[in-house]
Amino acid sequence: MKLNERSVVHYATCDSPTDHAGFLHKRVERHHHHHHHHHTTSYHRRWFILKGNLLFYFEDRESRDPLGLVVLEGCTVELCEAAEEFAFAIRFDDAGAKAYVLVADCQAAMEGWVKALSRASFDYMRLVVRELEKQLEDARKSLAACHKSPRKSSSGRKRHLSNPATALVQEQPPILENGYSTWGSAGSGGGALATGLSLAGQESPVSPETACFSKLHNWYGQEIAEIRREWLESQRSGEL
Amino acid sequence: MRYSERELLSLSPLLNALFFAVLKKRLVKLVVNFLFYFRTDEAEPIGALLLEHCKITREEENVFSISFIEEPDRKYFFECDTEEQCQEWIEALRRASYEFMRRSLIFYRNEIQKMTGKDPLEQYGISEEARFQLGTRKL
Repeated sequence: MKLNERSVVHYATCDSPTDHAGFLHKRVERHHHHHHHHHTTSYHRRWFILKGNLLFYFEDRESRDPLGLVVLEGCTVELCEAAEEFAFAIRFDDAGAKAYVLVADCQAAMEGWVKALSRASFDYMRLVVRELEKQLEDARKSLAACHKSPRKSSSGRKRHLSNPATALVQEQPPILENGYSTWGSAGSGGGALATGLSLAGQESPVSPETACFSKLHNWYGQEIAEIRREWLESQRSGEL
Repeated sequence: MRYSERELLSLSPLLNALFFAVLKKRLVKLVVNFLFYFRTDEAEPIGALLLEHCKITREEENVFSISFIEEPDRKYFFECDTEEQCQEWIEALRRASYEFMRRSLIFYRNEIQKMTGKDPLEQYGISEEARFQLGTRKL
């Protein structure tokens, strides 16, 4: 499945807010060549950064490009009964998607990660935003109701709050779309992709399905290189 | 079959230009901050666009484009059936990023705090969460 790789890598490595970061040991998924043989679980130490609902991991803290990406939608984060201390797992509702087993260096680090990852989904953020929208509207209504009583108020806010319903609609965060405040005027040069578009007859364009995301988890080419590398290593060590 | 490689290479820019003009009918689905696109009648998406640090531009009638900050000249064009549909998509896509959602949350939080004197996130026990703070935080 294709992905706008360059944009994703740029997002992973730019200065936008990082919600959590640190080293974790990531359990290696064995290639199926090995299933006849006795497994030893092995782990790779990786540098992880969490941005929004995206968990990126790099070979090292100084690496330029991420090795992989985990989209944190439709998943649960739980402590797991592994041999290792401070281990936790990211498991997906989609049964076909592989789980990620991660090991932190200490109790505090593990707790920090579990907390950060549990609240990372877009759905969770959207829930909180909707709740706050409602609270803001309620606060405005009750304030407007107060001002309707025969008290004189010279506050400018009175005018501002007189139509809470419409005020809410106009009151959008005063920042440009999708979060970049500086944007040069883009040339309208040749498009790279021209696509016709049809809405699937849904009520709104947004649907909370998450089955697509497991495809993204196996996306990065380097993941495949990693698997190949460990297979070669096991060859050399005479495991096969 | 013999051919001249040089002739073939000189043809290639022309071929690319023709390619750009082709419109393909796709089913497009917005799921959180990803735009998935499918061949009609297929269950698996052909691809996805992560919608962070992108710009949605109204182009000609019924048409909008998506471009990304690190490559502003590379545009993904989308043609809708109607003007209403086009507007609907533009609005939905402009609100689709996680970063936009985060900024909305911080905005509402501040507004509520100004009006009521209380931090609305306290009751959920998440007021100290890094992701809900103003300003960038790099760890």
